[in-house]
Amino acid sequence: MEKRDKNISAMSTPAIGEAGKTGDWRDMKPVIDHSKCIPSVKKRAACYLCWLYCPEGVIKTGIPVEIDMDYCKGCGVCAEECPAKAITMINEGDDNG
Amino acid sequence: MPENIFKVNEEEYMLPGNRACQGCGLSLAYRYALKALREDTILTIPASCLTVLHGLYPTTSVTIPCLNCTFASTAASAAGLVAGLTATGKTNTTVVAFAGDGGTYDIGIQALSGAAERGTDFIFVCYDNEGYMNTGTQRSSATPMGALTTTTPILTKEQNKKDMLKIMEAHDIAYIATTSPAYPLDLYDKFVKAKRIRGTRYMQIHVPCPPGWGYPPRDTVKIARLAIETGVFVLFEVENGKFRFTGRSKSLAEKGNRLPLINYIERQDRFKKMSVEQLSRFQKFIDNKWHEYIKKAEA
Repeated sequence: MEKRDKNISAMSTPAIGEAGKTGDWRDMKPVIDHSKCIPSVKKRAACYLCWLYCPEGVIKTGIPVEIDMDYCKGCGVCAEECPAKAITMINEGDDNG
Repeated sequence: MPENIFKVNEEEYMLPGNRACQGCGLSLAYRYALKALREDTILTIPASCLTVLHGLYPTTSVTIPCLNCTFASTAASAAGLVAGLTATGKTNTTVVAFAGDGGTYDIGIQALSGAAERGTDFIFVCYDNEGYMNTGTQRSSATPMGALTTTTPILTKEQNKKDMLKIMEAHDIAYIATTSPAYPLDLYDKFVKAKRIRGTRYMQIHVPCPPGWGYPPRDTVKIARLAIETGVFVLFEVENGKFRFTGRSKSLAEKGNRLPLINYIERQDRFKKMSVEQLSRFQKFIDNKWHEYIKKAEA
């Protein structure tokens, strides 16, 4: 238990998923085509514009790039901004898109 | 691809799973603002979209300490925090007030003007989404002419946007900067710079709002970029009274190749009732503003 200042009566503690699993909000989901994605093709850290522009911060910069689907709200900014057009938005539940 | 991307602080201070809308421009800007401000920062925020993003008691989605204050007292509470930190000898901590355009242009202006006049050592950030978006898109004095809001539902707003930046410039403060989430690295750099400067610092971020402005969430970055390209919003810095263009606005000022305003207007539902006459008045308003800025940059 974190030490608390006795003068503070109401203090919130930080936690991931404050609004629950916000992945539930999605109607479209992003799917990465790794044969086009620049870090996967070049096999080194590069581009990462999806990470840069993700309003949620749910994209992980690695090789390959990964999206945390538990919290991705499905806004589609990554698909719009991807310079290689490697990300497409498909309907939720449509898995072989 | 910008190589500087690898120099950005990797730590996320705004945790995923928060209450911001899909494709929120504020949440994108806030992510980078916090990355730049890092630890050793205290935030103070009034009632705004940002309070919603911060979440409900007893959990919060932001790992930096934050004080929730009343609407009119943002800058006053920041001044109080600065005084408290000075009294306890914690002078390395930066106090940052983060208010929306309602909390800056309308309701918070008195406290902000007071704090700027006293030269309080803090950063005041206005994230400008051009209306009271948290309560359902009401008109504010930052709403541009021709926009539909729930309080100007038929005739659209008839007045031009208030020039808050000029008001802050008149206070003769240490640093003024404008940024946009379309250029996160520019935003990051400006916040890093602001943290290093002492005295009153004022930053303005132009954040698109998908539900309030009426465009699909995926276009957030595109709309923010178009605002810069058309010259609706200008990226600049004023440091010790010296004005200079920065980033994309700098090359627009040099080449004079701003896009016509219609490119920005046509993508947003809030401008659907704008008349042709209003459009040309808006274009003239922007042209005059640019003329003024270019003169200032040359001086």
